[in-house]
Amino acid sequence: MKKQLLASSLALALGFAASNVHAADYAIDTAHSSVIFKIQHLGYSWLYGSFDEFSGEFSYDNADSSASSIMVNINPNSINSNHAERDKHLKSGDFLDVSKFKEASFKSTSFEQKEDGMAVLMGDLTIRGISKSVTIDVSKIGEGKDPWGGERVGFAGETKFKLTDFDIPMNLGPASEEVTIILNVEGVKK
Amino acid sequence: MRLGNSESRYGLISQLFHWVFAITIIALFALGTYMVDLTYYDSWYQSAPWWHKSFGAILLLLVLPRFIWKALSVRVKPLASDPPLQQKAAHAAHMLLLLLLVTVLISGYLISTADGRSIEVFAWFSLPASVTGLPDQATRAGLVHEYAALALVILAGLHGLAALKHHFINKDKTLLRMLPGKD
Repeated sequence: MKKQLLASSLALALGFAASNVHAADYAIDTAHSSVIFKIQHLGYSWLYGSFDEFSGEFSYDNADSSASSIMVNINPNSINSNHAERDKHLKSGDFLDVSKFKEASFKSTSFEQKEDGMAVLMGDLTIRGISKSVTIDVSKIGEGKDPWGGERVGFAGETKFKLTDFDIPMNLGPASEEVTIILNVEGVKK
Repeated sequence: MRLGNSESRYGLISQLFHWVFAITIIALFALGTYMVDLTYYDSWYQSAPWWHKSFGAILLLLVLPRFIWKALSVRVKPLASDPPLQQKAAHAAHMLLLLLLVTVLISGYLISTADGRSIEVFAWFSLPASVTGLPDQATRAGLVHEYAALALVILAGLHGLAALKHHFINKDKTLLRMLPGKD
């Protein structure tokens, strides 16, 4: 009985230690974060839009980058390109099919710190129910105390992929096959 | 031909309203069905919705005058040869046609004006937005627009078939009352 108790408390302690090496957990502050996309229009200009509803959290440890991870859930129905008729089209079966696929997400699988605050974040991006591995180039913007007693850290990341990677059926022409996603994430330490 | 209705036939104004709406509705339905499947590089991709919205806006603006005219006009009496139940059914179908018409026009307007943009009507004038920013307004109004338009065209088709049945099978004056001619 005693042995068992010792073993289980040891396991608990180890488990606690393993999940909590040095990394701190952060909640994404959506008021200071954004999920933006840009895509070329006919090859003549950039069209920018955003996903206005998302949430998530991340763990970050600047000493041991392998302990860092992030999870973001995005509501595809919150797509906003500053044009209601276009947004209606983007939500339809031609693009995101939001009545069928109510969630999009990104879940990291690895985080590798480079010099000068740059990092490479890899993970699974899920759009239209399809998960694909993507690589996001990340730069740390800043870290430290905020004026209200909290601690914050912020990153910007960018990745691009083909619309066809996620079975988006609409063909926007040869200059618009790829979309770039830009993530601006600020976290508040829990 | 008289301008106003009599108890036995529709006058010129009512007939004009009826046929202008009928032809425009069928054309808008065909154009609307065609335009939503255009590919991005199609030369009609910009112009088809522009024509669709322009004509739709005109109908929307004509609805109120049409209803006022209807309210002020002499009511054309059903043919005595029609059984009472059929008269009631016909009246209900006509009311439903008008209800669907208003639903289609307003929902269409709410799609294009969902974010406060106005609708450009034939580069002639703009129809301003009024109700904007309802949750998911464009998508929801779009769904209503699509199904109400389908229902409208199906019911209008039955309405047309019924008129032809009256004309060719019953050989009565139902259809003639909505066409130019004498009492």
